[in-house]
Amino acid sequence: MLPGHADFKLPKPAAPVKVNGRRPIPEVPQMNGHPEEPAAAEVAETRDAVDIWDQRVARGLAFLRRRLAGAYEVDDFGFDPELTDAVFQPLLRLLYRDWFRTEVFGIEHLPADGGGLVVGNHSGTVALDALMLSVAIHDRTPAARHLRLLGADLVFRVPFLSELARKSGATVACNPDAERLMSGGQLVGVFPEGFKGIGKRFADRYKLQRFGRGGFVSAALRTGTPIVPVAIVGAEEIYPVLADVKPLARLLGLPYFPVTPTFPWLGPLGLIPLPSKWLIQFCPPIPTAHLTEHADDPMVVYNLADQVRETIQATLLELLEKRPDPFGI
Amino acid sequence: MVTGVSRPLGARVAARLAADPRIERVVGLDPHEPPPALRADLAEVELIRADPRAAAGAFVDLGAEAVVHMAVSSAPDAQHGGRQAMKEQNVIGTMQLLAAAQAAPALRKLVVRSSTAAYGASFRDPAVFTEDTEPRAVPRGSYARDILDIEGYVRGFRRRRPEVPATVLRFAPFIGSAAHTTLTRLFAQPFVPTVLGRDARLQFVHVDDALEVLHRSVIEDHPGTFNVAGAGVLALSQAVRRAGRIAVPLPEGTLSSVLALARNVGIGEIGLDQIDLFVHGRVVDTAKLVREFGFTPRDTATAFDDFIAAHANGSSVTAARLAAAEQAILDGIRRTRAAVTERAGISEKASAGGDAS
Repeated sequence: MLPGHADFKLPKPAAPVKVNGRRPIPEVPQMNGHPEEPAAAEVAETRDAVDIWDQRVARGLAFLRRRLAGAYEVDDFGFDPELTDAVFQPLLRLLYRDWFRTEVFGIEHLPADGGGLVVGNHSGTVALDALMLSVAIHDRTPAARHLRLLGADLVFRVPFLSELARKSGATVACNPDAERLMSGGQLVGVFPEGFKGIGKRFADRYKLQRFGRGGFVSAALRTGTPIVPVAIVGAEEIYPVLADVKPLARLLGLPYFPVTPTFPWLGPLGLIPLPSKWLIQFCPPIPTAHLTEHADDPMVVYNLADQVRETIQATLLELLEKRPDPFGI
Repeated sequence: MVTGVSRPLGARVAARLAADPRIERVVGLDPHEPPPALRADLAEVELIRADPRAAAGAFVDLGAEAVVHMAVSSAPDAQHGGRQAMKEQNVIGTMQLLAAAQAAPALRKLVVRSSTAAYGASFRDPAVFTEDTEPRAVPRGSYARDILDIEGYVRGFRRRRPEVPATVLRFAPFIGSAAHTTLTRLFAQPFVPTVLGRDARLQFVHVDDALEVLHRSVIEDHPGTFNVAGAGVLALSQAVRRAGRIAVPLPEGTLSSVLALARNVGIGEIGLDQIDLFVHGRVVDTAKLVREFGFTPRDTATAFDDFIAAHANGSSVTAARLAAAEQAILDGIRRTRAAVTERAGISEKASAGGDAS
């Protein structure tokens, strides 16, 4: 009798042996405050008369066929929800759950539907924090919302990377795109620190950098979209930047060239992020609908940007107290 | 008066306008003789074989009330003198036509064919262009540069004759069963060259919808600039797959040099315009068109389906074949598994029997 067949049963004294690469005993469900996984339902399905492996194979083949025939939808920005949900999110979820052991607080502050502008602190040399934030939002919101990230134009210059970014829902950080997404009722994610944030040295960790010209605020004001500040703790420790080799960066056309304890010394091994403990805290939304006519008033825009910045900085310090050991469980 | 009637689109516009009882007389102006295939369309149209330089005289003689400027070619045509002639026709032709139009007192309407290439191509562009998006840099494609020049002349015309409604229609690439453009020829081949690491977002407009919009802009008054495209987006890879073609991704540099070589020996006509389109993609907002014309072109996917249906013979990986392959693999796996299960069952019994003995 093959495992996966309808009549297949595990040996009675369920020793934790691996069967088909899956442990028969479900993982500890309540870990890191994640909702309990529907393990029970899966077991029931296995007992069902229908062969579960047959279903899986059929589903996989149907997915492949749809991809090869081009039978899927792409939105105006190039976002491919099917590919994101089936390929990108599961891969990122491995990092999110098993590597960084991410905990999320205040998810109820995100609007359940309609537009929202999520503003976060940026860190970690490569923008893994943005990706983890999108996984957190997709996994923890009841409607499994997608975060539409706004990226630097450098991202869209690089072949392959640009297409990965577009397919996962990102677009160039510019006001027309941000306003179009927000008025279309999407959740938009922006990191106003930009390269100043992710390229800063380890000594400056958790110190928010300057917030540009506050273009994100005027975009939110013009569309009357609430701003949700979010503080992300953990990304600073994944690649601690000890030094920035400016001449090399200029030569390669990059905004910075990081030197970490492992990169570039260990070569590709240096690209493995350190397994720090991540905390993500969403703060109460700041409504902007009453300020729509002030979208072009630099004073209002600047003050609001400052308010967002202060909120994130204060929340960061709170979170850091909750997490005394950066690499703890 | 319709210019550019020796080309399929111009001819079809002229024929369509000639069939409309509200329009008394349609005159086609073109320096070239229309090919025999278009003769039937142009039966109702008076043809004047003249280049735009002679347009000034024609204007006065005819007392034309509306001018539809279709003599804008998107790719150099080796038979008609290549890039030199293309620029001559696009830029100099438009300049002279508009100069003549400016001096024609009876003129009441100007409709100019433009293209979404007017938005240029840059990595910092917004994902979706509205009519008032300015190009960030002068585009490198020859067609896109011509389009910018043409629109510049139309701006000048609007300034000098503000009482004449001037409609500029920025068309997305044409598609449909009857469309013949550089892009449709590219998609008609079994292998489609694409740019490695790029998957442009494309938008098309069906030729019939383009004709409808042109017709309406002559009959009705719609001054201004309008994007004309089908809603929705197809990624280039997706379009290639839907057409059942095979994509051949090449690095951008290689592609440029190969195509330049091909152009020099006179085969192929894919220019920097197409490469820019394949690197950056181009998506426009058609809300203004839908609002003012009260007409929604069919969406990009539907228009592309129409094209696929007409060009099915070159496709290798069709949806039907994929579905058949899927079924075959699934059946194969099921059969193998059934066989393995059976054999396992037999060996189990055998071993049970062995234990008993």
